[in-house]
Amino acid sequence: MIEVLPESAGSGTGSGALLEVENLHVEFHTRTGVAKAVNGVTYSVDAGETLAVLGESGSGKSVTAQTIMGILDIPPGKIAGGAIRFRGVDLLKLPEDERRKIRGEGIAMIFQDALSALNPVFPVGWQIAEMFRIHRGMSRADAKKKAIELMDRVRIPAAKDRVNDFPHQFSGGMRQRIMIAMSIALDPEVLIADEPTTALDVTVQAQIMELLAELQRDSNMGLILITHDLGVVADVADKIAVMYGGRIVENAPVHELYRNPTHPYTKGLLESIPRVDLKGQELYAIKGMPPNLLQMPTGCAFHPRCPYKQEKCVSEVPPLHTISGTRSSACHFWREVLDGDAQ
Amino acid sequence: MSEANEKTRSLWHDTWDILKRRKIFWISLVLLVLFLVMAAFPTLFTHKDPEFAELARSMEPPSKDAWFGFDLQGRDVYARTIYGARTSIIVGTLATLGTVLLGGVAGVIAAYRGRWIDSLLSRVGEMFLGVPYVLGAIIILGTVAPVQSNPTKTMIMGVVIIVLAVLGWPVLMRIARSAVIQAKHQDYVQAARALGAGPFRIIFKHLLPNSLAPILVYSTITIGSYIGAEATLSLLGIGLRSPVISWGIAIADHTRYIRTGAHAMLFPAAFLSLCVLTFVMLGEAVRDALDPKLR
Amino acid sequence: MATPSEVVLEVRDLVKHFPLTQGILYKRQIGAIKAVDGISFDLHRGETLGIVGESGCGKSTLAKLLMALERPTSGKVLVQGKDIAAARGSELKHMRRNIQMVMQDPYTSLNPRMTVGDIVGEPFEIHSEVVPKGDRRKRVQELLEVVGLNPDHINRYPHQFSGGQRQRIGIARGLALQPEIIICDEPVSALDVSIQAQVMNLLDGLQKEFNLAYIFIAHDLSVVRHISDRVGVMYLGKMVELGKDTEIYDQPSHPYTQALLSAVPVPDPEGREQRERIILQGDPPSPANPPSGCRFRTRCWKAQDICAEQEPLLEIRANAGDHPSACHFAESEDVVHVN
Repeated sequence: MIEVLPESAGSGTGSGALLEVENLHVEFHTRTGVAKAVNGVTYSVDAGETLAVLGESGSGKSVTAQTIMGILDIPPGKIAGGAIRFRGVDLLKLPEDERRKIRGEGIAMIFQDALSALNPVFPVGWQIAEMFRIHRGMSRADAKKKAIELMDRVRIPAAKDRVNDFPHQFSGGMRQRIMIAMSIALDPEVLIADEPTTALDVTVQAQIMELLAELQRDSNMGLILITHDLGVVADVADKIAVMYGGRIVENAPVHELYRNPTHPYTKGLLESIPRVDLKGQELYAIKGMPPNLLQMPTGCAFHPRCPYKQEKCVSEVPPLHTISGTRSSACHFWREVLDGDAQ
Repeated sequence: MSEANEKTRSLWHDTWDILKRRKIFWISLVLLVLFLVMAAFPTLFTHKDPEFAELARSMEPPSKDAWFGFDLQGRDVYARTIYGARTSIIVGTLATLGTVLLGGVAGVIAAYRGRWIDSLLSRVGEMFLGVPYVLGAIIILGTVAPVQSNPTKTMIMGVVIIVLAVLGWPVLMRIARSAVIQAKHQDYVQAARALGAGPFRIIFKHLLPNSLAPILVYSTITIGSYIGAEATLSLLGIGLRSPVISWGIAIADHTRYIRTGAHAMLFPAAFLSLCVLTFVMLGEAVRDALDPKLR
Repeated sequence: MATPSEVVLEVRDLVKHFPLTQGILYKRQIGAIKAVDGISFDLHRGETLGIVGESGCGKSTLAKLLMALERPTSGKVLVQGKDIAAARGSELKHMRRNIQMVMQDPYTSLNPRMTVGDIVGEPFEIHSEVVPKGDRRKRVQELLEVVGLNPDHINRYPHQFSGGQRQRIGIARGLALQPEIIICDEPVSALDVSIQAQVMNLLDGLQKEFNLAYIFIAHDLSVVRHISDRVGVMYLGKMVELGKDTEIYDQPSHPYTQALLSAVPVPDPEGREQRERIILQGDPPSPANPPSGCRFRTRCWKAQDICAEQEPLLEIRANAGDHPSACHFAESEDVVHVN
């Protein structure tokens, strides 16, 4: 679809996945110092696959996504290294006008807060139609017809009557549908969803997640789901990358991650969330708090909160150990974590 | 995490930390101190009597023993410019104080009580805002407050101060009102109410400390603009007049002689501009430091 | 835990309608938002009653009514037999010692211009008879210790603490007057996942230590299940089902409760393909203009003519277990443990 890209433009070291992030580093230069928001993140997603990027606020999960989309504010942000390859081409080396073509057509994104992501002074139909007018050069009438089709596709009731309504006239769930409609307008190959249901009620969340799954099935998109919600991840993800303090601390297929976590942070998280289907469980509380990006702990960023901590963790940054084909863990003591003997 | 090196730090403390790193703050502070000293102790700068007139030296240009030259009446322009600082500072500060009192009280009442009191005060404020400033001043100074034949200096200044405050309070009311309304909807005010706190405690412990910042910034800038406004009114002949010594009067008295003896007008005008600028710069430096978006 | 002990809070037919007005100086009422529309329940000493519901169901208004921060349109809130909704002045102030709250947002619920000592000590300033002046600082430090904060940090300001620590400060403030009842309005929803468990465990521990009764209002059903002994489910200003946590979570009988529960994602991918979701259509109607009869009927798959004509009362029904349910066609069904 994106014939403008010469196939040889990439560095050619990739594994050939649809979208690959490799050793990405992003920093923010602030008044009080340099915040290393992303510290060597590597992940990839293929067509039809769902990658969940799991992390808390400040883990770097959203900054990574913004960097992929090329919507990071520079400055204060700064890409300090790494590559983002889409179909083998490093996006970070492309000129802005070529990146703009990929944005929307190749990779699209939806955000947590649909109200602020939509322009309040234009009707929603006009905003969807604009995608077709700008990228496809369609006429006003054709673009509007396509907009109504898309609104139907994301199941906005009475799309034809509501195409001229403004964003504030829709409920939160409907606004999120409109944003999804805009993001899939140009049939992107990868969709990044940054906390798409966090602001929504649970019954609406279920509707939106079902819609996303259906759209993915129909178009074979690669989906990157960025979230802190272990429940949503368990429902839809194929594989998971867990982020903490700007690093990936664990990679695993979904079933294995929940069954046998190999990083103490993942394990702690899984034991700290209450479940709707269980009663009387003890909640394990991870002590302490997430790291301050301006003053990262030495060695492993998780060591001040970790029950498996040893001296090595304070002095040495743990590399991402490969455990099996698709599993890896950035913990010196992943074997102990797997066996469950905390020190 | 960094338990040891982190001491208690209030938000004012943070603001000060930001302020002291800004050059513009220090420049305006130095100028402010200079003008304040000038206003309080003019004799530190000149030993000449600003009232002493020697008609023979009328409009004499600047020279070695009279740096700024002499004015129409043969008075020393330098001495009069120095003494003019006091008038400007007093008028600007007192008028601002009056504005803050009138507007602040009205704003807090409107925001705290809400309902019809808010509507009433807001509408009254809008009526005042609807009248152009100079027009309002002309009307009040020209008709409502006709000054008798032999006014004292205090009376002349008092009338101008009152007029400035009466015309200026609605803007401050709006600022105070919106700041208090914003603070009022914060959860900590609800929490205080849930604890059983009365209106006095809520206003003075919770609402005012959190509404002070914008009022402070606006007041600082207002001192500057009132100094300018006083000069404007004096220039139009409806503000201050002799025997008060003021930059505005000096400018007014010599506009006709700008070609033959510009010095008598330019020096007071320069001081006036610098003084207005000082307060505006200071206000903006404080505003930048208080702006949470820069945090 | 579940054995009925002394009732500390009785809510009877509580109603709050917010008038919708038009006009600039003279305001004319053109309708009302029926935020809370006839709610009744009891709260026993030492128990936790969870209130769940989605945004707009009236649960936050309910919290404000219980705290007497809003005046109800009608109905009673009896704290130890006295109606806090009708109390005024010093009587109300005195009653407040017995019912306190923990708020949702740890960033806006603490006055940024006050030190932690002033914030936690404010209850003693307001109710000066509780602790003599000389002992207050010590009491504040004890409270900080109780909620797991360093008592030496008494002179710090809220912005020097993290979200979880700030929530602890808010809890310490709520505990200061030794109330019997604490209203928790979404106390963990603004916190990071790894911090939520810390705060929930703290609330759990404090309840046991001081025999507190909690009203725990939240939208997260997993969190509510974890902490509650009994649970009430709200929809558009009405309580649609009320029962012990096992009754609500394992044998829900109201279709709305069932849909709500089945929508909650379970953090376990095993058997996710078999899991069946009840996906509700559309959004909740506006509380300014709720449907006639049963308010849930516009989204309900069981709805029949009677649902539009007759409002179902919250009562015990056949086929629906031993707890009350406000549905004409209530029928217990486990929707959570389907595999």
